[in-house]
Amino acid sequence: MKSEKELEEIFEKKLNNNEFIEPKDWMPEKYRQHLIRQISQHAHSEVVGMLPEGNWITRAPSLRAKLVLLAKVQDEGGHGLYLYSAAETLGISRDEMLDALHSGKAKYSSIFNYPTLTWADIGAIGWLVDGAAIMNQVMLQRTSYGPYSRAMIRICKEESFHQRQGYEIMMRLALGTPEQKQMAQDALNRWWYPTLMMFGPPDSESPHSADAIKWRIKRETNDQLRQKFVNQTVPQAEFIGLKVPDPNLKWNEEKKGYDFTPPDWEEFKRVISGNGPCNKERLAARIKAHEEGKWVREAAAAYAQKHKKEVLVS
Amino acid sequence: MNYHEAFFKYLLILGDTSLILAQRLSEWTGHGPFLEEDLALTNIALDTLGHANVLLEYAGKVENKGRDQDKLAFFRNGREYFNVKLVELPNGDYANTMVRQLFVDAFRYHYFNALCGCKDETLSGLAQKAVKEIKYHYRHSSWWIKRFGDGTEESHQRTQNALNNLWRFTGELFMPDESEKIMEEEKIAPSLSQIQYIWNEDIQSLLKEANLTIPKDVYMQSGGKQGVHTEYLDYILAEMQSLPRMYPDAKW
Repeated sequence: MKSEKELEEIFEKKLNNNEFIEPKDWMPEKYRQHLIRQISQHAHSEVVGMLPEGNWITRAPSLRAKLVLLAKVQDEGGHGLYLYSAAETLGISRDEMLDALHSGKAKYSSIFNYPTLTWADIGAIGWLVDGAAIMNQVMLQRTSYGPYSRAMIRICKEESFHQRQGYEIMMRLALGTPEQKQMAQDALNRWWYPTLMMFGPPDSESPHSADAIKWRIKRETNDQLRQKFVNQTVPQAEFIGLKVPDPNLKWNEEKKGYDFTPPDWEEFKRVISGNGPCNKERLAARIKAHEEGKWVREAAAAYAQKHKKEVLVS
Repeated sequence: MNYHEAFFKYLLILGDTSLILAQRLSEWTGHGPFLEEDLALTNIALDTLGHANVLLEYAGKVENKGRDQDKLAFFRNGREYFNVKLVELPNGDYANTMVRQLFVDAFRYHYFNALCGCKDETLSGLAQKAVKEIKYHYRHSSWWIKRFGDGTEESHQRTQNALNNLWRFTGELFMPDESEKIMEEEKIAPSLSQIQYIWNEDIQSLLKEANLTIPKDVYMQSGGKQGVHTEYLDYILAEMQSLPRMYPDAKW
């Protein structure tokens, strides 16, 4: 039998050779815990993220828009499912993860604690929020843990679709009536800084970043990804005649990127710690669905149990 | 009512029933009893909305007054909607939603199956595509009703309650509106009495298997196909139509 030191060497070697770590491979406990935290948080974000967008399904302004939004929200749920499954390969059950979410122990992306107040918010979520998510997820396709990487590859394909759909909504609004254009600008104003927060705290204050980079779970830092996002998004806003709500936004030729105002990190901390505009409502909705679904899950289990017996007897 | 008017109204009955059902089902999205089921029901909502979309589009063409599916969906009031009442009822608990779904799925499965052979090519093509999807919906709701009926005491009771509550809305599925009579004579619409016969056989055998009892001596509600609805419909429309009505000149 190999000693822990030898196992660790094998693990390190795999990381260095860019090989995947698979569920049956030995891995340091801290690596496992880091992944469970990150993947389950990601799964919860997908599922909680169904709520703000779901809020507009019954009010989508055309049948096509309704079809697209329903399909999108369904995709998000599907992503949640892949991710819960990926996390389960690390030895945690779905029930344990859901308990952690419902008790407030596990986090989800703070962006979903903001309300969707107008139809333009559905466009802004697709364009900005999914756009930011893709930055992260493209990187995670090459993450070191095999099941997570494979889930990400599937997810990325659908997310880039969502982003285009979101941008299309914004474009229609921005090129529409004056009221529509104003609706689009207002949505951009409200979602810009919360979206920048999605990449997490600045590198200087990011508690998990160093480990994540060392283990090749993450391959780019929060600040690098944030910069990339700003560089990509500003021209998109300009193209449809919308203005990014940052008076200090300026192209910096030297760094080949924009200088921009960082988001209000105090607000970030406040929302993360439970005091965002919708934290209580989002969590309450998840808990309600879970509790009201209890008898449904029990009925399915009871039926399976009864009919298993029948099969055994006959 | 001439042929042309009857055909238009007939398509509205089919399209509106799909649209209002999809609208109700989509209220569950994000709130289902567990994730897999949330996705399954959302998928059913999506299919059903797809049916509404093509049916109303076709209705607009048949009417030939320049109204597309969105004009028809978002700019008619409750008295101009012709869905059956069953689909506009609130979702209630999951048992109520599934019993309603079972009734509708069994109906739509046999109905669209029959419609596949209709002499109108557009409708028969549409039905051929839809029936493949509805087959899965029907399998899904039947699967649940068996589990609820023969699952726990609570699931049985909830489902029996739903059945008692909803049975009175099933008769309308088979009460032909004038437009449906004309379309049946024209060999476009299937015979509702034949569908009723198969539907009854299916539902009775399934409910028997699930240990559930059909309530007796129930007076059947109707009126939806004539635009005389429950009080629920206008709230659905107020929500669904709010944006296009607020900005009638806007394109989305």
